[in-house]
Amino acid sequence: MNILGVRNLSRHYGGLAAVNDVFLDVAHGEVRAIIGPNGAGKTTLVGMISGRITPSNGQIEFHDKDITRTSSWSRVLLGIVYTFQVPSIYRALTCYENVALAAQRKHVSEKVVSAAVKKSLMRVGLANDLQRLAGVLPHGHQRLLEVAMALALSPQLLILDEPTQGLAPSEIAAFCELVRDVSRSATVLLIEHNLKVVMQLASRITVMDQGSILTEGTPLEIEQHPAVRRVYLGH
Amino acid sequence: MKSFAFHAAIVLALFALQFVLPAYHHANAARIMVYAVLAVGYNVLLGYTGLMSLGHAMFFAAGAYGVGLSIYWLGFAPLAAFGVGAASGLVLSLVAGLFLLRTTGVAFLIVTLMLAQAFFLSTLYFNGVTLGEQGMVLTNVAAVEAFGTSFRLSDPTVKYNLALAIFSAAFLGSLWLVRSPIGRVLIAIRENELRTRMLGYNTFAYRYLAITVSGTIAGLSGALYCLLFSYVGSSFASLQYSTLPLLWTLLGGAGTVIGPLIGTGLMFYLIDISSGFTSSYLLVVGATLLVLTLWFPKGIAGTLRSRWLGWLP
Repeated sequence: MNILGVRNLSRHYGGLAAVNDVFLDVAHGEVRAIIGPNGAGKTTLVGMISGRITPSNGQIEFHDKDITRTSSWSRVLLGIVYTFQVPSIYRALTCYENVALAAQRKHVSEKVVSAAVKKSLMRVGLANDLQRLAGVLPHGHQRLLEVAMALALSPQLLILDEPTQGLAPSEIAAFCELVRDVSRSATVLLIEHNLKVVMQLASRITVMDQGSILTEGTPLEIEQHPAVRRVYLGH
Repeated sequence: MKSFAFHAAIVLALFALQFVLPAYHHANAARIMVYAVLAVGYNVLLGYTGLMSLGHAMFFAAGAYGVGLSIYWLGFAPLAAFGVGAASGLVLSLVAGLFLLRTTGVAFLIVTLMLAQAFFLSTLYFNGVTLGEQGMVLTNVAAVEAFGTSFRLSDPTVKYNLALAIFSAAFLGSLWLVRSPIGRVLIAIRENELRTRMLGYNTFAYRYLAITVSGTIAGLSGALYCLLFSYVGSSFASLQYSTLPLLWTLLGGAGTVIGPLIGTGLMFYLIDISSGFTSSYLLVVGATLLVLTLWFPKGIAGTLRSRWLGWLP
């Protein structure tokens, strides 16, 4: 069963097609990676799925329902949660407040919110930073905080936009563990440059180039695909 | 808990103050509290939602005209007139909010300014009803009958305690609001609106709410002013009443609950004292504001919070 269906989706900026006539089906429970060189249209594509960017053309379905015209904030309530490529956190607020903003969208009582906040921060390994200001966290931890905010929204479809960028190797290993853990309860759409991470995590991989989908397959198929090797891996 | 106790103590202190203040300062304090209500309303928008308005005079004037017109022309009783004033502020903010919703930042500032100027010019244009700049002096305000006695609004004690009652409601109400889940979202909008939308919040609705709450509180202030000081004129809708709450809030500390009271009181006495020995008192006020904004950009309460009192909401 598909959780997400994208049909004919395009986004033009003037004469430039950032995303051109894309079809994409994501099955319930999979970890789908989207890879491709810079400017391939990955972020624009997930921007349209999350509702941040309005498509020029095409259709987006979530649980077989058309959500093309649904506002970004109501998509979050449906379960589509986006984490930003550049950490977008409330720098002047504490980690607790950051995650509480997400948690109170799901729960009413402050007690339950507080428990949910602690649980989310614990899952990403920031349990000791509750009262620290988000802005003073090291870059890698700001990314983790962003993920904690997403988790507190109990996503059905979690979109991670280059989550390991700027993380230390030890942090990357822990992060992969976290994504595996999350994927037990949510479908994950992962944009990632680090191919090692992609090969480890993804159940299927979609390759994009110049706004279109080049090919799609299992990690093994993608690794051996001649066009992918040429376009993406450069040999 | 600590912050609620602190703000409740401020209210109690204001109550106690009336028994020790000499008559002149007693009257000043009542006036400051009425103005502080306007600043409290202004702060909901500037301090907690991050929207700077230059049009709060229209909400203030709407409240004042609601009271003034209904007493002057229709002979309403004070309480009913106050209800009309409060409703005027509410209705105007609901309508103005529809226009303001699509704007943020500088555009918001300009649109509030334009709406307020339109309101100001209307009070002049319809001078047959509003009596324009000359305004309406209310000589026929009835006494309020309650608890088996009749309270005359010209009585200083009645003035003081009515001002205190409305101020406390606005003050503690704004404390409650900013500490509630709604306040958390407003602060989030101030910090990063796009992020807040991507956490599932309809930020338009929250901004509309903030505009409405802010405008309604400003309207209450105008209604109270007209009721206690028996006058309303076009000057209430002039730019001055839009810039004053901005200055009061910035001086006291935008985004702190106590800031508007501190700023209003300080500025009131700054003008009061400096005008006692020079006719160019605005120069003194300007210089003081310059110093404060250069060295204390967060305002007085904002500076206190960032240096010593981290718990201050």
